[in-house]
Amino acid sequence: MAADTAVAASPEDTLESLLREAEALKQKLEEERQKLNDVSLCAVGARLEAISFPALKLRRVLKGHQAKVLCSDWSPDKRHVVSSSQDGKVLVWDAFTAARELTVPTPSTWVMACAYAPSGALVAAGGLDNKVAVFPVPPPADEDAALRRRTVATHTSYMSCCLFPNTDRQIVTGSGDGTCALWDVESGQLLQGFQAHGADVMALDLAPSDMGDTFASGGCDRAALVWDMRTGQPVQAFDTHDSDVNSVRYHPSGDSILTGSDDSCCRLFDLRADREVARYAKDSLIFGVNSVEWSLSGRLLFAGYSDYTACAWDALRGARVCVLCGHEHRVTRVQLSPDGTALCTASWDATLRIWA
Amino acid sequence: MVTMNSSEKAAQKACQQGPSRENSKCVKEEKEKEKDREKKEIVVQNLPPSVQALMATIPSPEESPNYLIYKKMEAIIDKMQDENSGVPVRTVKSFMSKIPSVFTGSDLVAWLTRHFRLEETWEALHLAHLLAAHGYLFPIDDHCLTVKNDNTYYRFQTPYFWPSNQWEPENTDYAVYLCKRTMQNKARLELADYEAESLARLQKMFSRKWEFIFMQAEAQSKVDKKRDKLERKVLDSQERAFWDVHRPMPGCVNTTELDPRKLSRINALKARRLRQCQELIMQHNLKNNPIVTITNPQESEEEIQKKNAENSIKENGESSQPQITISCPETIPKDQPSVEQQIEAARRQVAMLKARIERRNIRGSKVAEMFIAYCEQYAEYDAFLTPPEWPNPWINDTTELWEQEKQCKDPLPLRRVRHWSFGLRELLQDPAGKDHFAKFLSKEFSGENLKFWLAVQELKALPIRRVSARAKDIWKEFLASDAPSPINIDAASRELTRSKVESGTPDRYCFDQAQAHVYHLMKSDSYSRYLRSEMYKDYLNGSKKKTSVKGIRSIVSFTGRKETN
Repeated sequence: MAADTAVAASPEDTLESLLREAEALKQKLEEERQKLNDVSLCAVGARLEAISFPALKLRRVLKGHQAKVLCSDWSPDKRHVVSSSQDGKVLVWDAFTAARELTVPTPSTWVMACAYAPSGALVAAGGLDNKVAVFPVPPPADEDAALRRRTVATHTSYMSCCLFPNTDRQIVTGSGDGTCALWDVESGQLLQGFQAHGADVMALDLAPSDMGDTFASGGCDRAALVWDMRTGQPVQAFDTHDSDVNSVRYHPSGDSILTGSDDSCCRLFDLRADREVARYAKDSLIFGVNSVEWSLSGRLLFAGYSDYTACAWDALRGARVCVLCGHEHRVTRVQLSPDGTALCTASWDATLRIWA
Repeated sequence: MVTMNSSEKAAQKACQQGPSRENSKCVKEEKEKEKDREKKEIVVQNLPPSVQALMATIPSPEESPNYLIYKKMEAIIDKMQDENSGVPVRTVKSFMSKIPSVFTGSDLVAWLTRHFRLEETWEALHLAHLLAAHGYLFPIDDHCLTVKNDNTYYRFQTPYFWPSNQWEPENTDYAVYLCKRTMQNKARLELADYEAESLARLQKMFSRKWEFIFMQAEAQSKVDKKRDKLERKVLDSQERAFWDVHRPMPGCVNTTELDPRKLSRINALKARRLRQCQELIMQHNLKNNPIVTITNPQESEEEIQKKNAENSIKENGESSQPQITISCPETIPKDQPSVEQQIEAARRQVAMLKARIERRNIRGSKVAEMFIAYCEQYAEYDAFLTPPEWPNPWINDTTELWEQEKQCKDPLPLRRVRHWSFGLRELLQDPAGKDHFAKFLSKEFSGENLKFWLAVQELKALPIRRVSARAKDIWKEFLASDAPSPINIDAASRELTRSKVESGTPDRYCFDQAQAHVYHLMKSDSYSRYLRSEMYKDYLNGSKKKTSVKGIRSIVSFTGRKETN
């Protein structure tokens, strides 16, 4: 407002008035939020009955990586898992039999991200080489998957996370250069860039919405952003974390996002209320959260920590209900199988574990 | 049993303050850093405020990836060492000798349990193990840094050796240390097998300067010998624990490893800030050179110093605020364009804030209600809360569940069909649901809406090269005046879509408005009629009957199988 009328003002004055306006708006926003903040989720949830949650048990151990496992993803067929590791290997497992089915060496180390395409016939992987590459799984008869590997896109810094947005033909990536990008798999063409993070992008998640046109990202600028894929603009931003946001996951309803951060805290941000509605932390949990996940109903949430454990929280009551002990190093990834029957954890101890 | 004499006090002092090895390399380094620091202060004083501000933004240890966790652990250790409420530290007499400044594993675990009000012992034990693995406390005679809940003795590490000091010890340091250990010639200091192997390897690696390493080790060992016996015991064990953290025994986790994602960020940040700093100093020098000629050579020399002394700046970070935002470059008034950029950025921020204020948000209580309702509705489908219809494949080692789902036999299980009534999205996500809905629509002669919606979804998922042609096809099929399966949308959306399609190269989102409109129509009209229709109800009832029969059969077969097992 002030900026429009101040034609003759010097740029410094304009800037100052703008900053003042922004400050006032921030205050007003905070007031508005407080007005609506009548009761917290966990206060309401506390009135619910505690769930009789059976302790998850270790069901499979996937051994075969020679170095830290950095990422994993379930196949849409509900039984295969792809995992990537520090030594540059990408492995495809039949998790049900705990057998390794395919080994794909890549020319880089620290393959930080891997993802199954919705068809289950294509895998994307990349990391410290700044690239995202795809290869078919299983590879066509008599062919080496490594030879069929094809680079789709290149960032100016490491590629930290990737996913297929409901199609095999596109990939969304997040990178250490602070951007996210949507790529055409066939041509490697950049379809849309997403720039608003102030630092490295650490995590991505696709909205389970009707159209599938929004996604969320978390980064080292301590912020979680919600993006419109069509315009390339962030539509919502949440920045109450005290350290890097390492993981972000949509609630199965698509109406809120869960984040995990180096401040050893998971937070629930509601998109309808446009603010933080719950926080999952404990004094004795001092290590950072590397990965978060929901159960199908959204009643339970899972978090993988740098203290070698993962645990389940009752999302409504804000209480920890189960701890998964067994890994011998940082847990880097926690992911629910597509039908919600099992949980897969990956760790720096070079193993993956299936819990049910 | 518990006694305190002067030498023990010295040992305890050493425990807190760390060794004061004059000859050690560390101390030398420390001194160099000190000198650098002093120089730095002089430089800083000579610089204009803007540069000083910039220099304060160079990453401090606070920004190193593990800093947060180290600080949290140190806070715990601090409380543990409290004389009154901490872990009881004693000197134990054993047989012929004394073991200075130790505490037992069970005392430690009990303290942690009390301090964090933990319900289970394993949690305290786990936390104690992590504190040990990071080198804040250690078992007095074991290379494996872990904690047992028994009477094993543990000792605190001196803050000097804490990992937060950003030690990155080199192999030569390790070689000197191992070499020194061989000189001490005592049973308790004997090298472990893996250490002996490392020593042999290092000797090969540094064969050229081994003499130098040997001399250093000898000098250090001499200094050590002059020390009080108990003090030496403590120092020896602390030094050993330091190397157990940085060169862990095979099979133990190296906790000093960093995530390269976090590391690359701090490196980039460092480089960027340093570059800016240098630029500013150059500008500053250019301004000042004509007048102040005397300080000039010195200053430029300092500048080179600074380039080299990047590390020391890092050390010097105490003066900087830990809350520096990454976007600090914009906050420094540099020149005209940046002011305009700032205005632009501020404008964007104001616009975003306004948009956020205008958003209609809902109350916390309402949000909580919706979360609870969602959980209640879906609890039946959550395998962790309600067992699935067929045994969980991971628990029962049978793939029956997946096979049943794949076969997709008519009629489908009741809960799958009931799931379709939760929302249009749930219905369309299930291929069987989508087919059934399509059947219903074609009976109603309104199948085009769904076809159009699906066609647009498919368009968005196409490779970019085929998008334009396919968009034109969709237009011809559903929206053109002579379209074979016309859809009904408002004139404005149609006009907007037409202009996008006829612009030449329609993109993936050219049908956005039309698609949203059609979806809304389906959701509010066809979908609710579908749920009320006999067709859906019949299908649901069919599933009900089938499921009840099936349910009995599955119980029978299940018990039967159990008996054969």
